[in-house]
Amino acid sequence: MSETRYTKDHEWVRLEADGTLTVGITDHAQEALGDIVFVELPEPGREVVEGEACAVVESVKAASDVYAPIAGRVTEHNEIIVDEPAIVNRAANDEAWFFRLEPTDPAAFETLMDEAAYDALLETL
Amino acid sequence: MSEPVLNIEPDAPDALRITPLDALHRELGAKMVPFAGYDMPVQYPAGVLAEHVHTRTAASLFDVSHMGQFTLYGPDAAKVLEALTPGDFRGLAEGRQRYTLLLNEAGGIIDDLMVAAYPGRLVIVANASRKEIDAHHIAQHLHGVAMDQHPDRALLALQGPAAAGVMAGLCPAASALPFMGVTEGVIGTAPCWISRSGYSGEDGFEISVAAGHAELLARLLLSQPGVAPAGLGARDSLRLEAGLCLYGSDIDAITTPVEANLAWAVGKRRRAEGGFPGAAVIQDQLAHGPSRLRVGLRPDGRAPARAGTSIVAGHTEAGTVTSGGFSPTLGAPIAMGYVRRDIAAPGTQLGLVIRGTTVPATVVTMPFVPTHYAK
Repeated sequence: MSETRYTKDHEWVRLEADGTLTVGITDHAQEALGDIVFVELPEPGREVVEGEACAVVESVKAASDVYAPIAGRVTEHNEIIVDEPAIVNRAANDEAWFFRLEPTDPAAFETLMDEAAYDALLETL
Repeated sequence: MSEPVLNIEPDAPDALRITPLDALHRELGAKMVPFAGYDMPVQYPAGVLAEHVHTRTAASLFDVSHMGQFTLYGPDAAKVLEALTPGDFRGLAEGRQRYTLLLNEAGGIIDDLMVAAYPGRLVIVANASRKEIDAHHIAQHLHGVAMDQHPDRALLALQGPAAAGVMAGLCPAASALPFMGVTEGVIGTAPCWISRSGYSGEDGFEISVAAGHAELLARLLLSQPGVAPAGLGARDSLRLEAGLCLYGSDIDAITTPVEANLAWAVGKRRRAEGGFPGAAVIQDQLAHGPSRLRVGLRPDGRAPARAGTSIVAGHTEAGTVTSGGFSPTLGAPIAMGYVRRDIAAPGTQLGLVIRGTTVPATVVTMPFVPTHYAK
């Protein structure tokens, strides 16, 4: 069973069976951004540190960075959302994933917020 | 009976003013944002893209009541405006409207305005962010001409190809107007000042109405087939596609009409005669060309170039983007900005520095999307 964690920057991070992490933005994030018109993703092979701005998502209103939730190496990105950014508005939580990461330290995943903690964060906004 | 108490402190930074349609916006589910000191709808539940497309294909109702409305009365009103703008107002016939620019002594733009000639008076619409400055400036140059401000009036914009059909059923006198024509008329039960104009690049109307009639009028317009509400987000992407300037971004007090590619707003008679603020600077730029010029830019790829993006020619800094975003109609990014005149010709290849990467861009003529004004 896959487990999903969250960051304060409104990204979701799903632990896959092979140990890689899939990263996307939350439904709250896409809702706040509005109609998404542009996505830029990190190339596979790129090494990122925790908190590094490594993707960009732009709506009709504004541009926003997407950060690496933890350190690692990018293994894959989702070309579909580059070609059709509007998918992020329709399916932020699944189909519109951004990139996959091989974590430097797999244990770092545990430091991210669980769903209850993220829901509590949303309550404060 | 007690006097109503206005619990508003205009100087308090967090005290936003509201328009007469505030309750309606909230009822319609608008997302409200601060804009020019007002709490304004940036979008409704449909979203900016859908509202933009709806305006281009049907008709949208915009609340632009935050804009300034002033009246100058009497036969000398045109003379007052000719002393402050490069427009021909002695030649503006009754029932017609003209776009003009309030200029400072250096020829810089204090604001851009719409001026309509009604019998015995000129009615001005000014930008919300500039209306106090404009009113103060005009008031200092009245030479006895009477002036009113209209904080008690709302302004609604009905924009899009379906607007004329809607108006035909509600106010035939308005639907008979030519582009940039104006008339007084009654819509429903509300006496209105109506112009055949707008800021979307589409056919449409701007309707000035007493605040007390505004909500009923808005509800009447929204109940018509094809009409939906649209917010400031769509208003901005529509005007950008139409190549129209946003004051404070694309034009300001250190930019002249010639640099802004608005030389057409300098009346033919006025070019020859001068007699407006900054005339010497502007006449020189008209004769010899300005050193910089506002141009349209089409970046390659999909990345929008926002305001502030550097424009480069080869490896040389060449200017700055003043407005930029995504064009829903073209499905591609568009931008406008200022560049040196020698690299301002359509077809010129330039670069836009977006997040450290130079993206190729082409200078293009504006509007980016063909306009569909009434004849």
